[in-house]
Amino acid sequence: MPNKTFFWFFLPTGLAMILFIGLPIISTGIQSFYAQHDQVIKEVKKCDPFGCTVSIVVDNELTTQLREAKPLGKFNGFGTYIDRNHLAIDEIKKFWNETDNFGAFVDQVTNLPFYKALIFTLTYCLFVTPNVLLLGFIIALSLNAVARKIRGPLIFGTILPMIVTPLVGSLVLFWMIDSQGIIGANIQNLMNDPYLSLKSSKTLTWITIIIYGIWHHSPFAFVVFYAALQTVPQEPVEAAIIDGASRFQRIKHIVLPHIYPVVTFVALISLMDNFRVFEPIIGFSAEGSAQSLSWLIYDNLVNEEVILFGSAAATSMMTIVGIAILLAPVLIRTWKEFKTAR
Amino acid sequence: MRKILVTLLFLLFGTSAFADCNIKSGSINILANDFPALRTFVETSKQCKGSADFKVTHSSEHNKIAVPALTANPSEFSARIAANSSIVPLMNQDLIRPLDDLVKKYGKGIQDSQLITIDGKVMAVAFMANTQHLYYREDVLKDLGIAVPKTYEEVVAASEKIRASGKMQYPYAAAYKAGWNLAEEFVNMFIGHGGEFFKAGGAQPNINNAKGVATLNMLKKLSELSNPDYLTHDSEAIKVEWESGNVALMTLWASRSGTLLDDEGDPNITKATKLTGPATVGGGNIPAATLWWDGFTLAKNRSDADAEATFRSLAHAASNKKMVADAADQAVWLVEGFVPGPKSIGVIEAVKMGAKPYPMLPQMGLMHGALGSEIVEFLQGKESAEQALKDVEAAYISKAKEQGFL
Repeated sequence: MPNKTFFWFFLPTGLAMILFIGLPIISTGIQSFYAQHDQVIKEVKKCDPFGCTVSIVVDNELTTQLREAKPLGKFNGFGTYIDRNHLAIDEIKKFWNETDNFGAFVDQVTNLPFYKALIFTLTYCLFVTPNVLLLGFIIALSLNAVARKIRGPLIFGTILPMIVTPLVGSLVLFWMIDSQGIIGANIQNLMNDPYLSLKSSKTLTWITIIIYGIWHHSPFAFVVFYAALQTVPQEPVEAAIIDGASRFQRIKHIVLPHIYPVVTFVALISLMDNFRVFEPIIGFSAEGSAQSLSWLIYDNLVNEEVILFGSAAATSMMTIVGIAILLAPVLIRTWKEFKTAR
Repeated sequence: MRKILVTLLFLLFGTSAFADCNIKSGSINILANDFPALRTFVETSKQCKGSADFKVTHSSEHNKIAVPALTANPSEFSARIAANSSIVPLMNQDLIRPLDDLVKKYGKGIQDSQLITIDGKVMAVAFMANTQHLYYREDVLKDLGIAVPKTYEEVVAASEKIRASGKMQYPYAAAYKAGWNLAEEFVNMFIGHGGEFFKAGGAQPNINNAKGVATLNMLKKLSELSNPDYLTHDSEAIKVEWESGNVALMTLWASRSGTLLDDEGDPNITKATKLTGPATVGGGNIPAATLWWDGFTLAKNRSDADAEATFRSLAHAASNKKMVADAADQAVWLVEGFVPGPKSIGVIEAVKMGAKPYPMLPQMGLMHGALGSEIVEFLQGKESAEQALKDVEAAYISKAKEQGFL
């Protein structure tokens, strides 16, 4: 396609992307460098049905003046990025100097909210993405092999987890693993431990969320792989059969190389999706045991009665950087292949 | 027949004339939490909407919506039903208007004690009081010869006895869901130990001390007597646990007593459900509970006509003797004419025992938020109490710095 044609084709999409994705990201970036003005506090008398006390309130007049002078707030530079609730540079230095062995240092660092969330997010990505690829591929292969007549209903059944709204899906599982639910109660019986709870143990909560993630995302990989399998040319496969190649050898040497670009694509999308894991944490009420980066942003914006825009913006920017780092190897590889292909 | 018609007409005109509901214009849109007493209150105010538009949003997620919705100009809601804690962010952001002139003009039936005044200005009109207190199963306690507990130490002993008897596996329940609910339990217990959240005259935290440790240890003891899923249980979930007969002792909001004692569910459990005041803890003499009021506030970013219409309709409910008589079961109303019934015993006991109101401080929301997420690991046994409290203070400090409180 000539560059000019491409430009006109791309223009509407490009404009929409700048307007709805680019500009908000820039605005979030700017916001992350600002903190709230210093609060002007005054002492006043407060009376309610339970009596009167002298207490403090925010002086609204002076605060309004401050806000009108500088509506963005107080410039904070990278202050929000390095505070305890984010990268915690000072705390990490302190832990490094205070602790004498590496294990204790790691314990201290992973106790910080940002690192706690980062570790969960990465664990989730690392377990879910490969399993989704593998499971999706296996299902696609198996379905490709069954008789055409029953393929339709089977495909529908397989993509059901993707159709079910994430929140609903996680709630269903949440009720099943309740200590009185069908899975929870049975596990208690099996283990003979009435205090065992999938919801209160951190490890078990993580495992539950990861299993849920694999269940929810596999259909996507399956659908793409299944479509790709339809394009695998039959001649080389037949030739391989005549040469006596086993099923495994055929898949390894013919099918996989053929659908390789699609695998990269699914891996990219899965990684991006999984890095932003959020709904299962809400659905499973797992805030206590599992926090992800997206959950931190949500927490800063709504869970407090005081909204922390600066904190949320800083975490958002770092999430974007995190996704970029995760995707870099795959992207570089694709770029290299693209160049050699030309 | 005619007599009935006349009486009906009389009632109809009688009430409207009394309440001065001749509202000609304006639109009313209310944001409120979702529990029975508030629904009754809003329904009552709707009877007095005159020809104004009337809309209401009941949501248990009200805290998340309130600030953004009232910041818009004109704001989405003309009134917000708030409580001690939720009025603070509205005050911090200057989102609600003083009500002095409206109270003078239209607030005849409202008692002075209902007015929430801050710096001499009326900022809210309270209509009900609330607290968390103990509920117990009379039958279970009687069978085992346990006296009604007065302190949390007795609650622990009683629960252990019930568990040992084999009657119930998890005899205690409280809303320990990680986040707001869990933090609220900490606040109650910390106040019961005589703790102050901030160093005098400032926003520096003051919880990492012996009182904080004692508070956490008590929460842990209670959590071990609760259903192992306690970190996911909110008020609604423990209410269900209670109604299924799994629990014999429970700390729950007074405003939920109505739904616990209604005709739904097992009549034997309902019959044996008894209310008592909040417990004390650690030898203290004030209860480990906080007093709450619920009241209405008016949005600042809304026209004067809307504010007037909204105030008149809400004031009708906030001074309605008929409502408090009809719905005496639903809440402890602060409205004139309320006769406390057996379901109000928790709040009345709390007031008698000298319970403290929830601290109405500008930075309290940040402390509450930090508590809700940082003490979880202690309860899970992954962290010492001192470390958990240190984490709470550190998390609070960085948030307070970003917000300009420190």
